[in-house]
Amino acid sequence: MEITRRSAIAMGAGALLIAGLPVRLSAAAEDAIAAFTGGAEVGTGDVRLIAPEIAENGNTVPIEVGSDTAAEIMILAMGNPTPGVATFKFGPLAGSRTASTRIRLAGTQDVVAIAKLEDGTFVQASSEVKVTIGGCGG
Amino acid sequence: MADNVKPRVKVPKSAAVGDTIVLKTLISHQMESGQRKDGDGNAIPRSIINRFTCEFNGAMVVDVKMEPAISTNPYFEFEAMVPEAGEFKFTWYDDDGSVYEELQSIAIA
Repeated sequence: MEITRRSAIAMGAGALLIAGLPVRLSAAAEDAIAAFTGGAEVGTGDVRLIAPEIAENGNTVPIEVGSDTAAEIMILAMGNPTPGVATFKFGPLAGSRTASTRIRLAGTQDVVAIAKLEDGTFVQASSEVKVTIGGCGG
Repeated sequence: MADNVKPRVKVPKSAAVGDTIVLKTLISHQMESGQRKDGDGNAIPRSIINRFTCEFNGAMVVDVKMEPAISTNPYFEFEAMVPEAGEFKFTWYDDDGSVYEELQSIAIA
């Protein structure tokens, strides 16, 4: 195909649109991830996040994280005013690398679990939770 | 806040050597996030438990860093390996400097 001025402009505009599409993480969430991973790349793999699809009450949402080889697991709520939720460090006597707790969610959003595996690599899993009543008390 | 804080833990009475057991912990605490406002529109200052640890005979089982997004009356469920008879020590660290401790011993069956 011959590239005309018109088609070049159209392609450029399309590229800009696509580049702008990925959901922008909040700066605070990016900082929290960078502080945990030290800038290392985060892949996917041995980490599980179990969260409800719909939470009627954002004040107490039960979640569970697990992994077979994680040394630490950090949980982030991407849509909360402060994204940090908790960081679990598993010690030598941990019977398994799983833990459950209850968290607050301000509204419908993605919950992300990032695990630091024993080999030093980072993996993440995420799950969208639809929240009917937010848990920040506005 | 140092009043009405009551830790509760659930530890089996006994286990076999090398067994993995489930531990459940709950502590009553309002976990004020610092996001809420009172009737006059003033922010209510943050007051949460910011760290929870569980140790067995001095060895770490789990160490949790907690942020305001943990619900009121923080609940944790996790698993521990029991290599010998001994004592679980659960510790919660409050923003105001208070430390709440709970001890539970376990026997070898």
